[in-house]
Amino acid sequence: MKELLTLTVNGRLREDAVAGNALLIDYLRDTLGLTGTKQGCDGGECGACTVLVDGEPRLACSTLAHGVAGRHIETIEGLSTAGNLSRLQRAFHEHLGAQCGFCTPGMIMAADALLRRNPQPSRDEIRAALAGNLCRCTGYVKILDSVEAAARCGDVAGVAA
Amino acid sequence: MGTLSEFRLMRAASAADAVRLRAEFPASRFIAGGTDLLPNMRRGLVGAEVLIDLGGVGEIREMRRDGDTLRIGAGVTLATLAADPPVVAHLPALAQAALAVAGPTHRRAATLGGNLCLDTRCQYYNQSEDWRRGNDFCMKRSGDVCRVAPKSSRCYAAFSGDVAPALLALGAEVELLGPQGLRRLPLADFYVDDGMNWLALGPDELLVAVTVPLVSGRASAYEKIRVRGAIDFPLAGVAVALRRDGELIGELRVACTGVSSRPEFIAGLDELVGKPLDDAALATMERHLKRGIQPMETTLVSVPYRRRATPALAKRLVRRLWDEARQGA
Repeated sequence: MKELLTLTVNGRLREDAVAGNALLIDYLRDTLGLTGTKQGCDGGECGACTVLVDGEPRLACSTLAHGVAGRHIETIEGLSTAGNLSRLQRAFHEHLGAQCGFCTPGMIMAADALLRRNPQPSRDEIRAALAGNLCRCTGYVKILDSVEAAARCGDVAGVAA
Repeated sequence: MGTLSEFRLMRAASAADAVRLRAEFPASRFIAGGTDLLPNMRRGLVGAEVLIDLGGVGEIREMRRDGDTLRIGAGVTLATLAADPPVVAHLPALAQAALAVAGPTHRRAATLGGNLCLDTRCQYYNQSEDWRRGNDFCMKRSGDVCRVAPKSSRCYAAFSGDVAPALLALGAEVELLGPQGLRRLPLADFYVDDGMNWLALGPDELLVAVTVPLVSGRASAYEKIRVRGAIDFPLAGVAVALRRDGELIGELRVACTGVSSRPEFIAGLDELVGKPLDDAALATMERHLKRGIQPMETTLVSVPYRRRATPALAKRLVRRLWDEARQGA
């Protein structure tokens, strides 16, 4: 049974008729066509579906769409502005933080949340914040390098880019 | 993994409202963080016609200190517990256990109550529907036989929450709200050694809070072994609470997880009180511990390893707390 869901996605207020049993990832990918958020595993084990809810990382595959009614959702699509990558995205590009790229949206969203609350994290703090995000190419060193590089640039989030 | 089955999502306005809805819709489940329930529903392990969302129930997210007791609402997230200064300072085992659950993103959503009520786990249960059908299912879901102990009449799925052993070692109680009102239970009595019915929670009861005594001079810690260091359920987990009186043991409480269908408080350690912590004492603790646990083939990691690792973890924690207590004294 569909019910009206009101929430903000990437800065835009939305009202959509969404089934009560829809997961946030299904709403984002299927209803809104925001396919940047990836479904990697079968239930909360890989972090590929990480999005931000009121600035905090959440697993879209283990969250009901109606469970985040009224909240602010940010996905990877919300980070670039006017066609320009955010500094974190650019850092992943320049420091080869993406290999096959499937885990990248989740990595970047989790890292973005970290840099917002801790603009100059240590390498261990980056590791801890990304502990739930799996990279099956195992490109972790470059991912850590990318987040460190973005932190050195000073700028934080896509919103501020 | 399939999509979710059809269900109605209802929002509870208060704990009393949640309990009322639970009684009104027998085929319902409570949902808080959803990090355990939703993946299990998607795998067809759990069914529900109605989900009662506890996200709007503010009263279960409160923490307050009443004299020598800390009362923690069941809706407090594990991330909050792990970083809460009074918890870190006075109940380190609880903070460490909360921090040991899953990954950082799970902990922001997952709640204390959810972790205490965590579904039991088994390598024959936490699988896709196709996998389980290919293995003729198991008694915990859709089948008749316990794949781990085929001759057994019960299910041996392992309780795998990290927070429960810490709270057992710390002597916590739970507050359960039902249609008849509130009842309190020692946490140890909240669990049953049965993989299918592991909670002494009534069908229309809600776990609303946990109370933990703050005992001065008591040190505590939690540690677990797991396959993936960054994010995984425990193959075995041990919590220790210890008070040192000079060169003698003032108090020693140990509880384990992942090695039985319920978190196990290890009985019999009172006999060590008033004795020095020497090799004989550690051997006595190991004997009680091995008697109290029953790891089965619920994980791919072998039973003998988990049987040996559990007392090894306990001894390591006890020695560490013992040495730290001397330095602090």
